[in-house]
Amino acid sequence: MSDAAFRVCIVHLDEGKGEIVSFGDKNLHIGGSGLAAALFEKYGLPNESWSHPDQPLIFAIGCLTGYFPLMSKVVAGFKSPYHDQYAESHAGGRLALAMRFAGYDAIVLRGRARLPVAVHVGARVIETKDANYLWGANVFTTGRVIRRAFPGASGHRSIMRIGPAGETLSAYGCINVDTFRHFGRLGSGSVMGVKNVKAIVVSGDSDLPLPGPDPKAYGKLFKKVYEDMTATEMMSKYHNLGTPGNVIPINELKSLPIRNLQQTTDPDAVGISGEKFAADLLIRNAACAGCPVGCIHVGMLREQFQDEHRFQIRQVSYDHELIFALGSMVGVMDASGALALMDEVEKQGLDAMSAGVALAWATEAYQKGLLTKEQVEYDLAFGNVDAYKEAIWCLGHGKNEFYRALAQGAMVAAKKFGGEDFACVLGQEMAGYATGETFFASQSLSFRHSHLDTGAYGYDQKEHDKNADKAVKYFVDDERERVILTSLVSCLFARGVYKKGLLAECLTSVGLPDLAANLDKAADEMQRLRWRMRLSTGYEPEKTSVPKRFLEVETWAGKMDPGYLDAVRAGYIKAIRELGAPRGES
Amino acid sequence: MKILRATRMDRCIGCHSCSLACARQVHKKVSWRTAGIRIKSSGGITTGFEANVCLGCEPAPCAAACPTGAYSQRKGGGVLVKMKLCIRCGQCAAACPVDAIYLDDTGVPYVCIHCGQCVPYCPHDCIEMREKPEHVCVGGTCDV
Ligand code: SF4
Ligand code: SF4
Ligand code: SF4
Repeated sequence: MSDAAFRVCIVHLDEGKGEIVSFGDKNLHIGGSGLAAALFEKYGLPNESWSHPDQPLIFAIGCLTGYFPLMSKVVAGFKSPYHDQYAESHAGGRLALAMRFAGYDAIVLRGRARLPVAVHVGARVIETKDANYLWGANVFTTGRVIRRAFPGASGHRSIMRIGPAGETLSAYGCINVDTFRHFGRLGSGSVMGVKNVKAIVVSGDSDLPLPGPDPKAYGKLFKKVYEDMTATEMMSKYHNLGTPGNVIPINELKSLPIRNLQQTTDPDAVGISGEKFAADLLIRNAACAGCPVGCIHVGMLREQFQDEHRFQIRQVSYDHELIFALGSMVGVMDASGALALMDEVEKQGLDAMSAGVALAWATEAYQKGLLTKEQVEYDLAFGNVDAYKEAIWCLGHGKNEFYRALAQGAMVAAKKFGGEDFACVLGQEMAGYATGETFFASQSLSFRHSHLDTGAYGYDQKEHDKNADKAVKYFVDDERERVILTSLVSCLFARGVYKKGLLAECLTSVGLPDLAANLDKAADEMQRLRWRMRLSTGYEPEKTSVPKRFLEVETWAGKMDPGYLDAVRAGYIKAIRELGAPRGES
Repeated sequence: MKILRATRMDRCIGCHSCSLACARQVHKKVSWRTAGIRIKSSGGITTGFEANVCLGCEPAPCAAACPTGAYSQRKGGGVLVKMKLCIRCGQCAAACPVDAIYLDDTGVPYVCIHCGQCVPYCPHDCIEMREKPEHVCVGGTCDV
């Protein structure tokens, strides 16, 4: 057992027992993304289905979590119900610090509980409690009941939970973390669901000595990092309007996906702009534990439910991605309407982006007569908030054959009912940036099929030379840099401050000078390990595609160039094959 | 003498920067519990946050309860702490009317000593060092 090993808590759900193991090497696996992939390599069953009871559900933090500001995220690693391949999803909230203070670098759920349970993990507790009575409850009710069922440690614990979508095993059922954050993409919520786990409570109930050989120097460095974080432009960018500040500029660049990507710009987008949200609906901000930036924007949804001025109010967090998916993409150009849909999606425990994009496809398919009223049940039409609210319920509950198919992804439904050309799917339902060929190529192939895998959406805006080799090199290099941050696990908003030099200082101050000196090498290894896990679970990048609708998009930079798109994809596929080659062959 | 006041908790974003700073700088730990100030949500994050922190009583019930003089009255409110004298009996925590003293797993008490080191770490100015108003002689909550 080396000193640099990670401390991992494994919960065996079928026995209701825990196991503490020393695992891996901080100097090699770093944590987060790297650690999750390494744990999957050990405990995952690459050839078995995602729903096999023995597939692990992994949550991992990094070696700077709790020790520096904005090291505030957790990586979930799992075999995805979306594509049955190894996947990753990231979330913040209080979970990262709760895990650090519970004393675990990773928590792994294995097996399957006989009946629905809530799992509780802390420094001196590992238990599963009956939660059968909660099965079927929405995310809000579940949160309220779980807080009552696990009293104490308020403020110092994190609660993860799933809604109906995770129970009905939607391909994009999410895990809600502390009300406002999510492991959103690729269906981790359904992995909890298939394991019969309704909620996970992590109590951060111990404390740690100051790290490293020189606690004074550590304190000084913390202060410096903290000052940099709060002094930079980043603070204002994510703090002020937050990511919704992107809506107007992206609309102006003709890159905002609107009405199932039939348009990329519309003057009505001002109705769902960050400015509009801030002026009319924003009531407060919240932060992940350990982050002074506080980028979480919470809006107030005020709904009249009865005559004579009877209102209910709810707090709903919003972001650029949600505004695009449940606003512009479904033609809801009104901030309150979009917020109402976010609230419904939250209740059902669905990934907001996939749900919105899937409904946008369904709307167009219904308009075109590929779907009947009997199937969609409600009058799906762009902008029809009331119909979408009902449809979201149907989606979460898998109400009929159509909604069950749609809950497996827009492309799954399109394959069944027609309309593949206009299903806006790039590996999974698209992100809110229709910036051009490089982004489409990147999202269709990249590891998480996320706009955050690489900065391709920014690349489209900056580089216009259509040099495929250059773009591919950018993807690979940028991903490797991001693997450092997703392994440590920093919020990606902090990437402007956490440059490699500073990270090396931080790592040295917590007593990891070897990792500080070899960060690039470790990142390279973890990038390869992640791809290796992905390919070993059946990923065939050659089989991905970019549906026709994406080629019809016209941005400020002009029409799409299919030749360039294909060249970038071909180059990237080759690079992925190289990165993910079995050990010894790369 | 000034005391720490959590005067504007309505603005709190729950970042825990204050408690982490106190633990790190005053108590030499990495923790959000072993600190003079601790942030709680008052029933789910949507209901906002509360601070568990010493209100600076004068006379201080915790000091009166302490059998060894480890806790003694601080002029201007709150207590002075001499940990060398502490026998971990937990009497101070039991006596505190607002649950501001945290006992760790080994019974060591943690209380705010009103040093102000956490204040610059709050990004929303929720907490501040303030002179206690003259007319407050018993207790000390009236200025918040
Ligand atoms: S009794 Fe509690 S609030 Fe009052 S001085 Fe002592 S610790 Fe502070
Ligand atoms: S004033 Fe000092 S002792 Fe009190 S909470 Fe702040 S840092 Fe801790
Ligand atoms: S530092 Fe300020 S905003 Fe953050 S938890 Fe403490 S009081 Fe709240």
